Amino acid sequence: MKTRVGNGGVIPAGRRRFLKGCLGTAGAAVAGATVSERAAARETYQRPAEALGLLYDATLCIGCKACVAACKRANDNPPEFSTTDKLWDTPLDTSGYTFNIIKTYRSGTMATKDDEENGYAFMKTSCMHCADPSCVSACPVTAMTKDATTGIVAYDPEACVGCRYCVVACPFGIPKYQYDSPTGKIGKCELCRHRYKDGHYSACAEVCPTGATLYGRTSDLLVEAKRRLALTPGSVTTYPRGNLSGGPQQSYEGKVGNYKQHVYGETEYGGTQVLKLSAVDFAKVGMPYLPPKSSASTSETIQHTLYGGLLMPFAVLGALTYVAKRNVHHEDDEAPPAEPPGREES
Amino acid sequence: MSAQQHAQPAPVGGSLFNATTLVCGILMAITATIIIVRLFFGLSSTTNVNDGYSWGIWVVVDVFIGSALACGGFCMALLVYVFNKGKYHPLVRPALLGSLFGYTFAGAAITFDLGRWWNFWHIFWPGYFNVNSVMFEVAACITLYIIVMWIEFSPVFLEKLGLRDARRKLEKSLFFFIALGCVLPMMHQASLGTMLVVMGGQVHPLWQTPIQPLIYLLSAIMLGYGVILFESCVAASAYRRQIEVSLLNPMAKVMLGIIVLFLVVRFTDVAVRGALPEAFRASHIALTFWAENLCLVATFLLIGTVEARRNPARLFLAGITVMLSGILLRLNGFLIAFDTGPGWSYFPSVPELLVTIGIFAAEVFGYIYITRRFPVLPREETYAQPAHS
Repeated sequence: MKTRVGNGGVIPAGRRRFLKGCLGTAGAAVAGATVSERAAARETYQRPAEALGLLYDATLCIGCKACVAACKRANDNPPEFSTTDKLWDTPLDTSGYTFNIIKTYRSGTMATKDDEENGYAFMKTSCMHCADPSCVSACPVTAMTKDATTGIVAYDPEACVGCRYCVVACPFGIPKYQYDSPTGKIGKCELCRHRYKDGHYSACAEVCPTGATLYGRTSDLLVEAKRRLALTPGSVTTYPRGNLSGGPQQSYEGKVGNYKQHVYGETEYGGTQVLKLSAVDFAKVGMPYLPPKSSASTSETIQHTLYGGLLMPFAVLGALTYVAKRNVHHEDDEAPPAEPPGREES
Repeated sequence: MSAQQHAQPAPVGGSLFNATTLVCGILMAITATIIIVRLFFGLSSTTNVNDGYSWGIWVVVDVFIGSALACGGFCMALLVYVFNKGKYHPLVRPALLGSLFGYTFAGAAITFDLGRWWNFWHIFWPGYFNVNSVMFEVAACITLYIIVMWIEFSPVFLEKLGLRDARRKLEKSLFFFIALGCVLPMMHQASLGTMLVVMGGQVHPLWQTPIQPLIYLLSAIMLGYGVILFESCVAASAYRRQIEVSLLNPMAKVMLGIIVLFLVVRFTDVAVRGALPEAFRASHIALTFWAENLCLVATFLLIGTVEARRNPARLFLAGITVMLSGILLRLNGFLIAFDTGPGWSYFPSVPELLVTIGIFAAEVFGYIYITRRFPVLPREETYAQPAHS
């Protein structure tokens, strides 16, 4: 076992043992911290009991895009043009200025609605208000927050530094940034929380003529979603419109769609507050597969294991400080010219 | 052989005006212009970043890769002060200088990539910060490390100014800053890897793993030594000095040890998670995965033996292969193997590239200025030293 130091000297055995002991102690402290933190590994968060959200039923959607226009108005967003004549608002995707959009799935002849083969179908794209949002976990300055009661994932431009980690982190690609502006903000659906005090709710659900977008408590929406999945395709049922939790009765009778037996958002990443039903495979309409365990919980477990209470950094720092103090000592006076030659610097 | 007298650091001297500094100056001026345009007209006026790839090369190259390439300082400090290998002491100051510039300019670069940069202080303000955020950890840690490095490097300035007493006082507490200067980069280099974790399935399975912090930490240490090999050779060649082969040879061996550890961790992880079949698909992802790791294998082919490590050209090339591997690891995770769904693509714009090049030029200029005017590199002896003892 070589114990040479820089100048070819040998560390006395006692000191060597001490150094090893010191590192060992630090190691034990680190291991202890790791174990105690691991016991408190961060679980995937679940939706708050009173969580608010939307139920989007793609089989009821007629693609009128009234929700897109209403969202623009409610959030004071300018139109975006994708045609040369620039006659009306034609965004191609959600953006820093478009928080909600209806996309179309197309296959072959597009003959029938909600058919995977030779059919077409609609899908609403907007913030899912995750139970355990990646954007909230990622944001370094708490500009993205999740309300403890409503579960609404809100954005505060006054706090935001514009690092765009939320944009990169979201599995749905939802927070978007205004790249064309020197003072660009992040844009995303906040369930129209700014309209609640006036007795309004999400503008997209308010204007939806078919109830394809329904507003309410997520727990109620989930019950409604499961009711629909249990019905026989082609049978007739009552569909509510607007706000499931109150307001005027505006339900109507309609035919039951040929649903995929999956409520998208029930369990994804611990669940989302926006739920979706579709007759076309969710992957085909742009909804990614997500496990019940959230990325945020994995990421934060790693962070807390490594840095929880700064226990581990301080343990390592303590050990390194001790070792460095002994070793830097040699360098203290780097042989000023006056000193006799031959003094070996280590 | 053991009685090896170290030459004291001394300014290299010479004119600051030459072809290299002139080119650096022009590149820096171009960069400054582009940054002004960006600040007045938004990110899309100069960059190709978009909502699919919101982080372009200003983040991935200037910060994630730039800071990793600046790990030489902490790697040498680990070797000299923690593992007490004092013989490497002449390599410390030049390595620290490289780190100082790498990090300081990475810090500056991230500022003008921030969309709401005037709020940047929120990251350090307790009322705002989110301790769950990996970004918060990285930002706070890097900022602190930049300050620590300037303190670590300040004896050089005090020496130049002849403030011997101040220097002596500072050096009494320097051991603490050296320890801090080892812990901080270990923390944030590991966290750069953790940054990928929250992105979930958008990151390809070959790079999406909860042990990413360990992979990034090991890679950063490898890179640190690789950069020292590279920098030492370039500096020696530019200033027509001896290459410190007698030091680089054993240091390169340490690096090889870490590379072995890295490869074991990397492949065990990929295999355990069942992602290995992904590496054998006919895709550009598999190709870039192998490129990343074969660079490390190439390092062994270059400097696997003691004889090979005595060859400066081989050491230089080994430095480059290790750097390439580390660069690819970061590019892969954040750009190449990062998939945000159909319809998105990103390739840096010319102004984006010019800014990144300009920042590199600023680092080169700073290195030249400091080494020519301040005692950083070991004084070159008048007699010819043997290349290796």
